[in-house]
Amino acid sequence: MSTLVLPHVEPIQPAPKARWSPWKVWGAIMLAPYVVIFFVFVLYPVLYGLWLARHPDSYVALFDDPIFAGSVVNTLIFLIVAINIKMMIALALSGFFVTARPWIKWLSVLFILPWAVPSIPTILSIRFMLNPEWGVVNQVIFKLTAEDGPNWLNDRWLALSMAMTVHVWKSLPFWTMIMIAGRLAIAKELYEAASVDGASSWQQFRFITWPSMRTLYLTSTILSMIWTLGDFNSVYLLTGGGPADLTHILATLGIRYLRLDQVDLAMATIVCAMPLVLPLVYFMMKRLSR
Amino acid sequence: MKKAVTEAKLLLIGIPVAIWTLLPIYNLFLFSISTKEEAFAGKLWPDHPTLRNFEIVFREQHHFLGHFWLQLWNSLLIAVSVGAITLLVATTAAFAISRLKARGGRTVLNCALFTYFIPAAFLAVPMYKAMGIYGLLNHQWALILAMITIASPYAIWVLKQASDKLPYELDEAARIDGASPLQLFRLVYLPLMTPSLVAIGIYALLLAWNEYLYAFLLLSNETDLTLAVALGQFLSADDSPWELLMTTGLIYALPPAAIYYVFKRYMQSGLTAGAVKA
Repeated sequence: MSTLVLPHVEPIQPAPKARWSPWKVWGAIMLAPYVVIFFVFVLYPVLYGLWLARHPDSYVALFDDPIFAGSVVNTLIFLIVAINIKMMIALALSGFFVTARPWIKWLSVLFILPWAVPSIPTILSIRFMLNPEWGVVNQVIFKLTAEDGPNWLNDRWLALSMAMTVHVWKSLPFWTMIMIAGRLAIAKELYEAASVDGASSWQQFRFITWPSMRTLYLTSTILSMIWTLGDFNSVYLLTGGGPADLTHILATLGIRYLRLDQVDLAMATIVCAMPLVLPLVYFMMKRLSR
Repeated sequence: MKKAVTEAKLLLIGIPVAIWTLLPIYNLFLFSISTKEEAFAGKLWPDHPTLRNFEIVFREQHHFLGHFWLQLWNSLLIAVSVGAITLLVATTAAFAISRLKARGGRTVLNCALFTYFIPAAFLAVPMYKAMGIYGLLNHQWALILAMITIASPYAIWVLKQASDKLPYELDEAARIDGASPLQLFRLVYLPLMTPSLVAIGIYALLLAWNEYLYAFLLLSNETDLTLAVALGQFLSADDSPWELLMTTGLIYALPPAAIYYVFKRYMQSGLTAGAVKA
């Protein structure tokens, strides 16, 4: 019977350091710029904003404003409908884009465009396309059916759906790219083995793709929800909150109050969005700071 | 035969995807080369394509475009400043957290992450009030500082992830050779981090160039505005000159698209890897 006895070695202790070694000092100095930025432009403004939102009267006024209730509904619809549709399309399209064809490679380069160009010109372009008289959409509808198309931006639900469409158009490329990265990380052998065993493409998706992508898909959905809560452009630049302030979401409503110089209402709106934001942020913080 | 069916199915997805992606951008382009009458006629290609719109924009021959060149310059100046300063702030912070193990680094990183998750349109309201208190409203510095605040959390996070991947032995070797923290930063850290630094610098630059909301809130003097806000102003008119709006929009959209494609390799590996840690 032989045993291997490892010599007991004292762990090497680092030499006792001066309280302020140059490494520590430089660490503090290099961290300082961001710390200053955080205090001056994040922490102080947020605390000041919360202080402005301390009066219960602001909330009473906010709840009495019919625009607020509508905005909450719109925001929830935006988050639940638009994001889930977008993520499902992104997941499906990523399967299309990983197909090895030269023309698909080219298409994927073009496909990034909505994400790579600034929102304003393209959203304004879409806004004109939806113009009831001159826009290309209604002109096509007229040519095909000889009837006038709807007045897209003049009806609450149509206008809101169009804002969601703009949102999907703009951010779909980004999430598709994320999903493509997720799919490319799956070992090819799994699919080869599955097709030898005669698995259908649905079965391959169900038993290989989905289990490996599930976490990524969930994280992406949560992250997209947080970002979409702050998506001011898709609504503001397309509908401006109209018709009759019926298509506001919480992000545009807060800015609307700010423009009307009702800062307490603007902050109260944001505070009311916190029950939506904080759980999502908590989830993401836990995931990312592991 | 089966192969032909597969190809047909792929085309059946590919063609709608191409139309969906390109239609708004093509519409933008079409307007820029059409006269107003032709643009409104809804043709697929104008009978008489013209560069007249570009001429009007470049010569500032419309009252909406009185400061076109100045506003283009403002956009550029602000974007470059934000890119450079964000890079500086985020690189030093990531270096301090990841390599120097600075005290409180973990907390700072969590603060940055938390800031990253505050929707930008929500932070805009308190930020606007704070800028008023600091006396920065209607100064371009307000926009630059606001955009740095928004860009740096993600920048720090991505750079911290990237620096954690560098072998720690490098630092030890440098220390044994007697390198100072600054030498380690300059001679070892920066060269090894170049690809991530390029990605982050461009990320911050494009974020600032593309920003509408903060620019529109924080700036108001005609001569301080960025092109983004100037484009938004077109909408306030009843008879907006749409063909000029689209032309200006196209000019405004080209630089970021070009930069994105030139640095695509860096952007995709650097940013999508950081966006979602799978």
